[in-house]
Amino acid sequence: MSDPESVSDPETVAAAESDDEPAVPEIDLPSDAFDAVLDALAGLAPDERIRFEGFSVGVAGDDRAADADAHYVLEPAGDDPRTGLSERDLHAALADRAAAVTDWYVFERVVGEFGPRRAFLRWIEDADGATVAERYAALTAGIERAWGQLRITATVTDRGERRYEVRHEADAGAPRGELTARDDPLDAREIVKLDGKGRYRPLKTAPTLRRGWVFPDLGPREVYELVETIYPATVANWHREREGELDVSHWRETMERQSGIYGVIKTWDRGEGHEHVNWVAEACCDDSQCLKRREWEYDDETDLDVDGGDGVFPCREPCSVVVSAARKWTRLESEQPRTYEFDLTPSEKEQLEEMIDAVADGRIDEIREADTKEGANRYRARFLRAKLFDDEGNLGGVPTDTDDPDNGE
Amino acid sequence: MQSLVIVAHGSHLNPESSAPTYAHADTIRASGAFDEVKTGFWKEEPHFREVLRTVEGDEVYVVPLFVSEGYFTEQVIPRELRLEGWDVSEWDSDGLSADQATLVAADVDREVHYCGPVGTHRAMTDVIERRAESVTGDPDVGEGFGLAVVGHGTERNENSAKAIEYHADRIAERGRFDEVRALYMDEDPEVDDLPEFFESDDVVLVPLFIADGYHTQEDIPEDVGLCEDHAEGYDVPETVDDIRIWYAGAVGTEPLMADVILERAADAGADLGDALAAVRETTRVAAGD
Repeated sequence: MSDPESVSDPETVAAAESDDEPAVPEIDLPSDAFDAVLDALAGLAPDERIRFEGFSVGVAGDDRAADADAHYVLEPAGDDPRTGLSERDLHAALADRAAAVTDWYVFERVVGEFGPRRAFLRWIEDADGATVAERYAALTAGIERAWGQLRITATVTDRGERRYEVRHEADAGAPRGELTARDDPLDAREIVKLDGKGRYRPLKTAPTLRRGWVFPDLGPREVYELVETIYPATVANWHREREGELDVSHWRETMERQSGIYGVIKTWDRGEGHEHVNWVAEACCDDSQCLKRREWEYDDETDLDVDGGDGVFPCREPCSVVVSAARKWTRLESEQPRTYEFDLTPSEKEQLEEMIDAVADGRIDEIREADTKEGANRYRARFLRAKLFDDEGNLGGVPTDTDDPDNGE
Repeated sequence: MQSLVIVAHGSHLNPESSAPTYAHADTIRASGAFDEVKTGFWKEEPHFREVLRTVEGDEVYVVPLFVSEGYFTEQVIPRELRLEGWDVSEWDSDGLSADQATLVAADVDREVHYCGPVGTHRAMTDVIERRAESVTGDPDVGEGFGLAVVGHGTERNENSAKAIEYHADRIAERGRFDEVRALYMDEDPEVDDLPEFFESDDVVLVPLFIADGYHTQEDIPEDVGLCEDHAEGYDVPETVDDIRIWYAGAVGTEPLMADVILERAADAGADLGDALAAVRETTRVAAGD
């Protein structure tokens, strides 16, 4: 601040005030960011530099021992190195470039090296595409990102710190005061446990995240932890995919690996095609059931015929819910079809179809009690049962008569 | 950077199955012993297959929250974590003595310390006793009381019974309780016949299970006769054949379990500072309640 050189440097003043770039908010250089720069400088080899966007700083090799108070070097791009800066000079120079310095501090010191966290937080503000000036301007307005059913809004404070608000995407327009505020990311374990109707969610990436909550003010590490709590390992897998290193385990190798009570599933693959796995994927992996984008196929040479979905984060192998369901289907599908004869009216046949659709699409709760136009209406179902079932519960009075009755689990 | 990964079974059906895992992870997090504490599950997320890729540290300790050595600790977990070169002989165990094996996890290409299950650790004996204190509300419980340690039995795994006997024997040797018995759900001596095995008027019944669920909330209470139907509920204590039975529910829900997890990691070389003492203190049963 008292160094005339740093404020009058034409190159840096021009860069900071260029009309071609969006308005960058005024950023005060916080002492923790400056201290982190000093720490980093102390650990540098003589020829090394700390690189910020548009400039770098270092320590002049010759001056390291000779003049401990004025040995810093500032190197604006395309200009002569400026040497002999004292700590005070350096502070003034960095305060003029506080946006770039705080950006470095956020990612190098607050966020840290851990690949998934770093990539995720950089992705939120497009840090590998947009300039510091563009990002700070955008962050001032608020950058919104979607992750599953989450709406993440990133902002920047006047000290260059990143803050994040996270809520359900369906609550995007809700006033904050109407949502229950939380601050500990691990609190989300309670949010993800049950859906809005109080039912257990065995699959965290099911599109049934409940609404009504907000994490209004999280730091970078906390927002990553929150996302990983709500959608475990999704960032890690997304990161691997971006790096071209997603390790996909297809259906066949996954089922070959199973043991114990799940060892039977491999017998479902009989070298007679993969239609059964199409059905599994259509049943379990559709976007209406899971927000992950299915990347696994039947095997590495045979793609499934159903769409993998549009999710941001990938699904790299059949999950435990699919494996458990597949065990059940392996048993059920080992049965041979038989011919049963029932008499149904055309409307009764359609009603059975409507009931299956209603269950499969999770619409049961939406069907109103007196809405007898709906085939899956409760009175309609009870009427059908009263008319068509015998005392043993056999449809049309026709015994199931299987040789190997499945008693369930 | 030192990381702890607690791996547990979890459930597709029971929302409370993971609750003890999370609770113990929180206790350990608060102790500051590890730079990070992660949880992974067989039936929940992150799955065993993917938990290690969420771990940042370079000194990784994996502790199975399981009651005995067997199918899960010997086959499923090492396979799903992709521990290269794993063979059960790495543990050189007699069914109770698995401590740790250091192996590269192919998923992250890093070494991890794969520890034995919590249920067979000697510190687990203290948790069973602590559980008896919790359920009776008496930190000095013992005199005039019998203690039944109840396990699954050998249905799937012979080591299951070994762990039950091990802890029951240790508690009996300490002489704190008037009588101590190991009982089982599917082999003799059966928990159904509990009153036949005790002379004491009061018996604390501690199931050696990690989480409350079907076995501890439905099977055992009905088998012992605490209730006709678990939906009716039961009192603690509940009198059956003139014996007051203090049913403790799953021992794994006892806060002191966090101590056993730490002991497992410490045995494998983790640097815990004073966390062990801190966790023992913070999970204590208050006297006089």
